Amino acid sequence: MAFLDRFLEMVYVNAIAYGRWQMFMDGLVITLQITAGAAILGVIIGLALTFFKMSGILPLELFAKLYISVIRGTPVVLQLLIINATIFATARGMGVWVGIVAFGINSGAYVCEIVRAGIQSIDKGQTEAGRSLGLSSRQTMSFIVLPQAVKNILPALANESIILIKETSIVGFVAVADITRVSQQISSRTFNVMPMFVAAVFYLVLVSILTFFLSKLEKKLRESDVR
Amino acid sequence: MISVTGLNKHFGKLHVLKDINATIERGEKLVVIGPSGSGKSTFLRCLNLLEVPSSGEVVIDGGRITAKGVDVNKVRQKMGMVFQQFNLFPHLKVIENITLAPIKIKNMSEGEAARIAEALLEKVDLIDKRDAYPAQLSGGQKQRIAIARALAMTPEIMLFDEPTSALDPEMVGEVLQVMEDLAGEGMTMVVVTHEMGFAREVGSRLFFMDQGQLIEEGTPKDIFAAPKHERTQSFLKKVLRA
Repeated sequence: MAFLDRFLEMVYVNAIAYGRWQMFMDGLVITLQITAGAAILGVIIGLALTFFKMSGILPLELFAKLYISVIRGTPVVLQLLIINATIFATARGMGVWVGIVAFGINSGAYVCEIVRAGIQSIDKGQTEAGRSLGLSSRQTMSFIVLPQAVKNILPALANESIILIKETSIVGFVAVADITRVSQQISSRTFNVMPMFVAAVFYLVLVSILTFFLSKLEKKLRESDVR
Repeated sequence: MISVTGLNKHFGKLHVLKDINATIERGEKLVVIGPSGSGKSTFLRCLNLLEVPSSGEVVIDGGRITAKGVDVNKVRQKMGMVFQQFNLFPHLKVIENITLAPIKIKNMSEGEAARIAEALLEKVDLIDKRDAYPAQLSGGQKQRIAIARALAMTPEIMLFDEPTSALDPEMVGEVLQVMEDLAGEGMTMVVVTHEMGFAREVGSRLFFMDQGQLIEEGTPKDIFAAPKHERTQSFLKKVLRA
């Protein structure tokens, strides 16, 4: 029993006492804010990039290509630091926004690839069938290709959001007190590794919740495949 | 009704259609045969501009559809197409597959479109599959639905691109039956096929194509009985022995 007592005391000191529980909650809120904001911004940027890529207008296509290769070709930590030091150089107390913009810009490149792959995964015969009936290319895209592409896109997007949650843990690099950063701060007070485990449990729970909804979503989307 | 002059098609360096000239009259059932890679499907796809000809003209009902600025969608509404791989829309129910184009293009009400679709489903004998999804159908059923889908736009011409080639042998008959019925109603049809029996019995005219050229044309009876060209002879010898 002595071990259990010691363990519980350790949890108490590292995660609950001295308002540390509140610190964790504040960190959780910040992690969630950054994730949600970046996810929304990422989808908007990703869709815009997809539209650029498929527009047939050369400058737009080149822009999208360049954007994606730069974002995917450089570390996200660096992107975060650069955005903090440029766009938000003079702003104070805007840490959450730095995170949203940095991770949103980063996520946009991946979302674009997800959407493009989803559209391209639809057999060319589907487009041909639509066009042969006399539907315009826009009608074919919106009534035939996109509804099918969504089936491949949505699960991949949910997956991207799972990646995003974990990725935001580096936002501490620009002094934003997200859950990872909070755990580090407490840990340096208590000289104990326990707060980091607490943070890990938070991430695990968040990801598990998302995964649960993701699998429900996939099941729902497969309804028309049932034989 | 359709006249094709000097039609050429290149895929990069590949010259797949070589100077095709042809006319198709209203009510005709033109059957196109030939070895694979002979350009028969490409020829068919040039008729509704799924492939854009590299040069040459296609004129339908006096309108030059290969001219610049032609509304391709309008042209295609008059021509139904049936594909080898069916290409039903898997995310839509059978009935929605058929009503989609009439609702979106002709601004038909859902009720009216459904009524027409149900009549067509009766015709292809699949009314009991009204609310099924394509994944629940056999190949033959899918193809009959695909024919109904094309007919829902009340086309004047029906193009068939090897409609039975992807089917299990026991399902070929039901699809050919629907096509035969359609021919009996006077529909203008262009059929690319390997079904020699269908070509002989339903076709009113036959094209034999090889290596991108239109080698021989005539009535199926004449060509099957006495092919003039040596390439036609050797092709028919191979396929009819089977």
